[in-house]
Amino acid sequence: MRKLGSIAAVAGAVLVVALAAWTRQPAADPQGAATVTGKVKFTGAKPVNPSIDMSEEPKCKAKYTTTPTKEIVVVNPNGTLANVFVYVKAGLPASAKYETPKTGVLIDQDGCHYRPHVLGIMVGQPLEIKNSDGILHNIKAKGVKNRPFNISQPTTMTSTRTFSAPEVMVPLECNVHGWMQAYLGVLPHPFYAVTGADGSFTIKGLPPGTYTIEAWHEKYGTQTATVTVAGTESKTQDFTFAAK
Amino acid sequence: MTERGLLLRVTLLVATASVPLPAPRSLVAQDTTAGKRVYVKWCAGCHGDAGAGDGPAASHMLPRPRDFTGAIYKIRTTASGQLPTDQDVLRSIDEGLPGTAMPAWKERLSERERRDVLAYLKTFSAFFQDTSQHIVPLTFSKEPGGATSAEALRVGRQFYDSIGCWKCHGKAGRGDGPSAPTLKTDPGEPIFAADLHQSWRFRGGASAADIYRRLRTGLDGTPMPSFSDLIDQKFLTDEQLWRVAQYVRSLSPERAPEVRDVIHAPRLLGGLPRSPDDSAWARVERYWFPLVGQVIRKPRWFAPAVAGVWVQAVHTRDSLALRLEWDDRSQSPDTAWLEFERRVLDHLVSDDSVAARADLQPDEIAVEFPRSIPAGMERPYFLMGTATDPVYQWRWTSAPRQAAAGLARGVGRFDALGAGSAPGAEARFADGQWRLVFTRALATADTANELQFEAGRAIPVAFFAWDGSNGEHDTRMAVSAWYFLALDQPTPPRVYLSPVVAMAVTLGLGMLVAVRAQRRAGAGGPEGYIARGLPRRHDA
Repeated sequence: MRKLGSIAAVAGAVLVVALAAWTRQPAADPQGAATVTGKVKFTGAKPVNPSIDMSEEPKCKAKYTTTPTKEIVVVNPNGTLANVFVYVKAGLPASAKYETPKTGVLIDQDGCHYRPHVLGIMVGQPLEIKNSDGILHNIKAKGVKNRPFNISQPTTMTSTRTFSAPEVMVPLECNVHGWMQAYLGVLPHPFYAVTGADGSFTIKGLPPGTYTIEAWHEKYGTQTATVTVAGTESKTQDFTFAAK
Repeated sequence: MTERGLLLRVTLLVATASVPLPAPRSLVAQDTTAGKRVYVKWCAGCHGDAGAGDGPAASHMLPRPRDFTGAIYKIRTTASGQLPTDQDVLRSIDEGLPGTAMPAWKERLSERERRDVLAYLKTFSAFFQDTSQHIVPLTFSKEPGGATSAEALRVGRQFYDSIGCWKCHGKAGRGDGPSAPTLKTDPGEPIFAADLHQSWRFRGGASAADIYRRLRTGLDGTPMPSFSDLIDQKFLTDEQLWRVAQYVRSLSPERAPEVRDVIHAPRLLGGLPRSPDDSAWARVERYWFPLVGQVIRKPRWFAPAVAGVWVQAVHTRDSLALRLEWDDRSQSPDTAWLEFERRVLDHLVSDDSVAARADLQPDEIAVEFPRSIPAGMERPYFLMGTATDPVYQWRWTSAPRQAAAGLARGVGRFDALGAGSAPGAEARFADGQWRLVFTRALATADTANELQFEAGRAIPVAFFAWDGSNGEHDTRMAVSAWYFLALDQPTPPRVYLSPVVAMAVTLGLGMLVAVRAQRRAGAGGPEGYIARGLPRRHDA
């Protein structure tokens, strides 16, 4: 009798889970095959980033051969701008839901710098906050749409946090080292990229449609462009930021 | 009362004591409309009509009043970044935030009004309407015993260093760590790392349990992080974090120092302790005097950095020594603090005709007396006297490091009395603290301008302090009220002699009487003189 009961309970549970899975079947993932690519150019005089006095932290200082500087404006040798966050701001179907990746996004505190300096993440995706320096850092996320947090990491360790709402950008900072700053773009979809050493970006897998693409830079603000793509089309959209 | 009646009453009594009654709080409905009325009347002046922390008084304050729109609260029982519980916010309303302009409302507003205003505060932020926000208090362990044992404090100190508390709070805990001058709140206002020697000014309470909770939750919106992850990652144990809290607690006096009116200066038989490190000071009572911003004369100053001064005094036959000890995060002028000073001045509205400029200023302290000991209750105007009734002052500056005596004729005017009249002054700065000893002869030649100290009299005294690195100079200062200094009279020899003399006289007289009685008895009979006056038992 007891055995029968437990079998019934298990069967019931399976049914409930199956039902739940069935009813939560996501709307067809509106993933496509179109691509938007481009470069972020920079014109005008290249500004000088303020240098950082790391004498307080010999461990960090030892990781540099020249005086470290802040990374407010990083202009590449080919005249393009790095650390620009490019993303789809509008145009995706309102009902679109994208699966949250299980794999995390890493931000490392290395040489009293955040690496990378600008990064993107999806809502709910884990942010792995690593301290490679092994000295005291605190990492503070100063979101407005997301709840802020501030955690202490006095040793080599990794903490994990997630973000619940789209927000471009969430500033990250360390209060022990006032110069340490990073910016995190939190989005409900995977259509974003950060320009690197060649100043280019690629946003892949877009469904056909007309999109507002925004390029964000911590000093020069934002620029937007409207791009229409169809099928497996690849379109180029460059942006240009001018020195101020 | 019948036995049954008694039994019933006892049962009832036990029942009421042991069965938790439904908390009356949960029965009080929260009414945002009523809450708004309370808010507009009592809170909006600082926190602003829309709760953005921008009321008319806000621009005079550091720390700024809470901006409720972001729902970021310092004092919580929830994890870093989580919303506070109702109880958390109520605690701040009820108890206030020590060390800030936020008073305790428990005695001023009814329970109902406080609950209503809480409900209204929550309407300022959409986060409180967001049902995906789970407000769960952290589980806090019970405080381990042996809080004050040497071993507990040693462990606490060890982790105070290893988890990096000193980076902001300083090696000795006075908020003077290397990162202290760079600290900002989320909106960019300058913020001091707490002086851990003044626990009565801790926003969330002074007990080890309060400190432990702040370590676990962090103070959201400030640079103070949460240390909970360290326990999860086994960098330290929960008990070791408690030891940090207990160590921090041990840096302050057990209770907030009581403000007493009279500084007693004992008379010393030895020499005058002129150095602040003289061992003689260890045996002299300390008196705490709180200081507040000077808000009477323009330009006013609402954000003084020096919270108060510890005072000790002694005197000898002919001289007086006054030891002042005050916490100050920097030995001004200090270029490391210039940016901090700039932020302070940027965030405080100035009522000066010219905007305040961040500059390298020294630290200063002043001790004020009337020119002569008043006969009655009348004293000069406490705020540095007036043109017609000046006060006698000692002023000391950190750079150039020197002291002067002079007459203050109101806030803006100080006439030095010349080098010969300057008091002796020896100062030391270490770990966020100044220690200074002023010395002077009790009597001087210039009796018209310089106070003549006399033992056994109540001598009015007041204190003023400036932290140069906080943008303080001239009227931008911290002030005290008038208090008194009393040079205790040396115990006159007759205090000791009189009882001896009295005893000797009594004994002498007694013996005289006895001797005479014996003589008379010898002459008048065996019963004796005394016995004759009393009825004998066998007489009855």
